[in-house]
Amino acid sequence: MNMLEVDGVGHTYQGKDGAYTAIDGLSFTVGMGELVCVVGPSGCGKSTLLRSIAGLLRPSRGTVSLHGNRVDGVPSDLSVVFQDYSRSLFPWLSVTRNVEFPLRRLSRSERSTRAGEALDAVGLGGAGKKYPWQLSGGMQQRVAIARALAYRPALLLMDEPFASVDAQTRFELEDLLLRVRREQDTTVLLVTHDIDESVYLGDRVLVLSKSPACVVADLDVPLGSSRDQITTRASEQFVELRARVAGMLQGGPVTVR
Amino acid sequence: MPASLIGLAGFFAVWEVASRTDLVPEYYLPPPSVVLPKLVSLLGDPEFVRAAVATFAATVLALVIATLVAVPAGLILGSVPPVRRAVMTLVEFLRPIPSVALIPLALLTFGTGPDTKVALAVYGAVWPILFNTMYALDEVDPLHVETARAFGSGRVAVLARVALPSAAPFVLTGVRLSFAIALGVVISTELFSGGTVGLGQVVQVASGGGLNMDTVLAGTVLAGLIGFGANAGLEWSHRKLFAWNLPRGGDK
Amino acid sequence: MNRLSGVAQRWVVLVVAVGVWELVTRAARSGDTSISFFFPPPSEIAGAAGRLWFSSAFGDHIVPGVSRMLGGWALAGVIGVALGVLLGRSRGAMAYLGAVFNFLRSIPPPLLVPFFVASVGATSMQLPTIVFGAIWPVLLNTVDGARSVDATKVDTARVFRLSRSQWLVGVVLPSALPKVFAGLRLSLSISLILMVISELVGSANGIGNQLVLAQRDYEPADMWAWIVLLGVLGYLFNTLLLAFERRALAWQPRHSLEAQAIATGG
Repeated sequence: MNMLEVDGVGHTYQGKDGAYTAIDGLSFTVGMGELVCVVGPSGCGKSTLLRSIAGLLRPSRGTVSLHGNRVDGVPSDLSVVFQDYSRSLFPWLSVTRNVEFPLRRLSRSERSTRAGEALDAVGLGGAGKKYPWQLSGGMQQRVAIARALAYRPALLLMDEPFASVDAQTRFELEDLLLRVRREQDTTVLLVTHDIDESVYLGDRVLVLSKSPACVVADLDVPLGSSRDQITTRASEQFVELRARVAGMLQGGPVTVR
Repeated sequence: MPASLIGLAGFFAVWEVASRTDLVPEYYLPPPSVVLPKLVSLLGDPEFVRAAVATFAATVLALVIATLVAVPAGLILGSVPPVRRAVMTLVEFLRPIPSVALIPLALLTFGTGPDTKVALAVYGAVWPILFNTMYALDEVDPLHVETARAFGSGRVAVLARVALPSAAPFVLTGVRLSFAIALGVVISTELFSGGTVGLGQVVQVASGGGLNMDTVLAGTVLAGLIGFGANAGLEWSHRKLFAWNLPRGGDK
Repeated sequence: MNRLSGVAQRWVVLVVAVGVWELVTRAARSGDTSISFFFPPPSEIAGAAGRLWFSSAFGDHIVPGVSRMLGGWALAGVIGVALGVLLGRSRGAMAYLGAVFNFLRSIPPPLLVPFFVASVGATSMQLPTIVFGAIWPVLLNTVDGARSVDATKVDTARVFRLSRSQWLVGVVLPSALPKVFAGLRLSLSISLILMVISELVGSANGIGNQLVLAQRDYEPADMWAWIVLLGVLGYLFNTLLLAFERRALAWQPRHSLEAQAIATGG
């Protein structure tokens, strides 16, 4: 069964200087337990797509369904990791309280157990009492990931989650994501403008066109479940896939690391 | 902005209805349909106008004196650390004394003339300007100072050509805050000094015995308009003068 | 030694100023001028303060005055924060009400005294005067702070499906807190001012009331003692509030300087 079905979704913003169509006729599915990367040129409407799926935005056309239920408002079993971790985390709450924040329906002891587990999973077991701003950017994003995981969502959406950290941290966080989702069997939809990242992380890569975005290609990534930054990225398959994605994005700005 | 006009109209409508329906006794709170015409007719009364002008003039005079005192003082305190260390304790003792607490003593000592209320208003108005000037100097970008130094500017030249211009928006914000304080102190002093010419005294006389609540509210509305207008005017000049530096510094 | 000279540097001007005042007024006293009458030597003021502050006046006047001030301030704070959070997050409310609030805030609060004396009566007008005068900085600052919640936090709160009250109390209020405190500090000094004025005009008790009585009795040393007390109270409450603010905002990476620049005015 498909976890997520996106069917003919399009959105047009009504601005003062006329209408602007960000995405148009997008259709795809994400299976249970899959990690799907959406890659597209900057400004192609990736965020509009993600906000439509999250129920933060009601698309002008088409439907989004999460395990069979039509999305109308934010679903209860969905979580989002935003690019801007410094704003997404609450500066007045400690790391632990930030992770516990969405768990308010649980009992106090359950909350702290779950938060502890999630923080351990992202390697921040000892940082619970600190405030987010006392941590580096990469660690802050780990907190945001822990918060999303502790919520145990059926679908985890990630909006350019590693775009605001340095390259070294980015590699670490990518591997962290691969490990955590293997351990917890989470379904993930990750939006990025980075071709390498999409191929490295994804079970599948959806390539979007320039705005108004539509799906140009839906590629399987047969790199297996255990990947690592050095050998995987150097493998022939990886290089070939990357070149194919880059080719499809031609005309838009192509990011090559 | 039409929305704000609708809001103001709504405010006056609620006031009118509250007064007309005796929700609040009309005797205490006459409706705007009485107060506003009263204000207009009072503005034709030379004595009332004289009082309003006296209050406004005292406020402006106090503000000018306070600025002339506070800006140089702030520049010195902000740029000469030993002086700042030495004087700040005294300042920390003086600043918390509310100037209205000095009214009875000042009236007893200096009498009910206009210089008393101006002096008290200066005392109240000095602090925001002084502190804004001083802290503005702390916030001057060290890189700007070093740039000026690199071009051979001396200490005084740096103060005049780098520190003062970058502190100016803060200073004007201080002046804007001080206007409200000066107006408040002038009016407070007038409330207590029988026989003086001023808006506060007009309102005080009307409220006592005479029971002319329409005059009380007309005077209050006029004082509000003066404060509102001065604030808007100073904000406007802030935007005009310092377009390069959007409002910052202690606001509200 | 270094530390000692630092302390000396900090206190020398104050000590010298008080010393000169003492000497000049004592010298003038032998010449019998009015200066020494209106400006009694600091030692006499200290004597009057010791006599008045710790007499029955403490319970009869200082406590009632301070409770009025703190009560009015607290009431203004609660109403201002609650209204401010709601208005700041409601679309368009401030477009309609902003001008009204700005006008009401522009009314010099002392002018409310004659109005409230006539409407509520001289003995019970202090509290409404303080509340009405002190509410605006809190209210308008809270509105400002509540509006400043960034888009990512709005989205985050929606993703985790916060209820409206959780959103207002858990996200909007903490975001607005730095501005709320700036407003509370301004309101505190306004409350002190209005406490004094409203008691000066007509009150059966209170510090302002004692100040007027001392004026009528031509007791400058007593007047000075009450003035100093008001300064001490202003300093004390502001310091306490600042200490509380530092604790409440300990999560802030950098305490904003500008907020302190205008801690008290008037």
